[in-house]
Amino acid sequence: MNSWSWEVFFDAFPAVLEGLGITISLTIACYLFALVFGFGWTFIRRIPIKPIRWLIIWVMEFIRSTPPLVQLFFIFYAWPMVPVIGVALDPFTSAVLGLGIHYSTYIGEVYRSGIENVDSGQWEASTALNFSNRQKWTKIILPQAIPPTIPMLGNYLIIMFKEVPLASTIGVLGILSMANDYGAQYWRYLEPLTIVAILFLILSYPSAILINRLEKKMNRRFDKKTVLGRMNKGKGAVM
Amino acid sequence: MITINALNDVFPILIQGIKITVSVLLASIVLGYLTAFVAGFCRLSKNVILRKITGFYVEVFRGTSLIVQLFWLYYAFPILFGIEVGSNFWAGVLAISLNYGAYMSEIVRGSILSVAKGQTEAATALNMSRFQRMRLVVFPQAVRMMLPEFGNYLILMLKSTSLVSLIGMTDILYYGDILRSSNLSQAPMVYLLVLIFYFILALPLIWLTRKLEGFSKKGVASQ
Repeated sequence: MNSWSWEVFFDAFPAVLEGLGITISLTIACYLFALVFGFGWTFIRRIPIKPIRWLIIWVMEFIRSTPPLVQLFFIFYAWPMVPVIGVALDPFTSAVLGLGIHYSTYIGEVYRSGIENVDSGQWEASTALNFSNRQKWTKIILPQAIPPTIPMLGNYLIIMFKEVPLASTIGVLGILSMANDYGAQYWRYLEPLTIVAILFLILSYPSAILINRLEKKMNRRFDKKTVLGRMNKGKGAVM
Repeated sequence: MITINALNDVFPILIQGIKITVSVLLASIVLGYLTAFVAGFCRLSKNVILRKITGFYVEVFRGTSLIVQLFWLYYAFPILFGIEVGSNFWAGVLAISLNYGAYMSEIVRGSILSVAKGQTEAATALNMSRFQRMRLVVFPQAVRMMLPEFGNYLILMLKSTSLVSLIGMTDILYYGDILRSSNLSQAPMVYLLVLIFYFILALPLIWLTRKLEGFSKKGVASQ
């Protein structure tokens, strides 16, 4: 009862592993939601009317600086009780909405930093070439703004993966809920919780290394000096 | 009218939880920064074993999620070692400060490493000892680089204090959950109020973060 037992470990392993599919699919669903919603934030905060922009900035700040756990509870328990617009949602959808909205505010900031890093000459040039507003964004600005942010976006995927077990509190049956259930059933928390920790570690550590490598590669590719160097070299060859 | 009456019922109950939330936050901030500096310096030490051990700690705590660490410390740790962490207060504070301490130790390490090499060389040329170099030359320059990131982690730590309600601490969210379970129709107002409480607690931290950003940019030539 008191110490580590391999028997329990191997007994609990398949039980905990059953939740892995849910955990991973919830991570992906939340992430996609946040990626799309992040774009929404980026664009509505560019609305050129000051009071609206202020309101949006404060709403983003509010979402970002309050706990995602409380936001999850709000969506799961309180949303159905809101008159007129309230709908009861199942745990999985609530988690996608809750965590997705929370992290969309972070991802919106990532996009914004990418857009702000695009050289102002690019805007001027696209205006000079008589591009429409839509063409400006889709042909000139976004193709330059988004690729450098990919490593940062990748980091957020890992962060999100680690936040997803919060959803166990509203009853999403991911690995953490499975471990807690096992613990409650056999009164053994040590092994199942350790398994959860190990699973997180072996999934997130290699991805972190991968992202790190990607970041180095991207930095080399998008670094202003090397890009200019490459362009100059090209010029030299032509001339 | 109904909502105002309900607000009168809800508000005094929720406010009882602020004390716990704030004390968990303050204890985690102190312990978290302490861990960050100790671990950050250990990773830069000459001793290989010390470096490897802290490296392991940092990777484990950054690689798993806070809620898992919290449950592990609260449920599993006492079984494994036969020691109680003390109370759920210390389990919560330890989990939060060890987790964010690991993240922030990387900031400490990164900032110290990014102080220009010439500074160390100049200090060596002035016949300073290794300790003097760190204390008088490198560290003061590194600290200002750490400040903006440290500010962001204050807000992250505040948000994570809400997790301690899951191990039975009576913080704001705990009282919110009690109110919700006693009267489900109040849930929207209760949770909205809980969110507003957290936001009010976050406002000074947001302000401080902006200040720190401004401070760390002041008087530094952009490169």
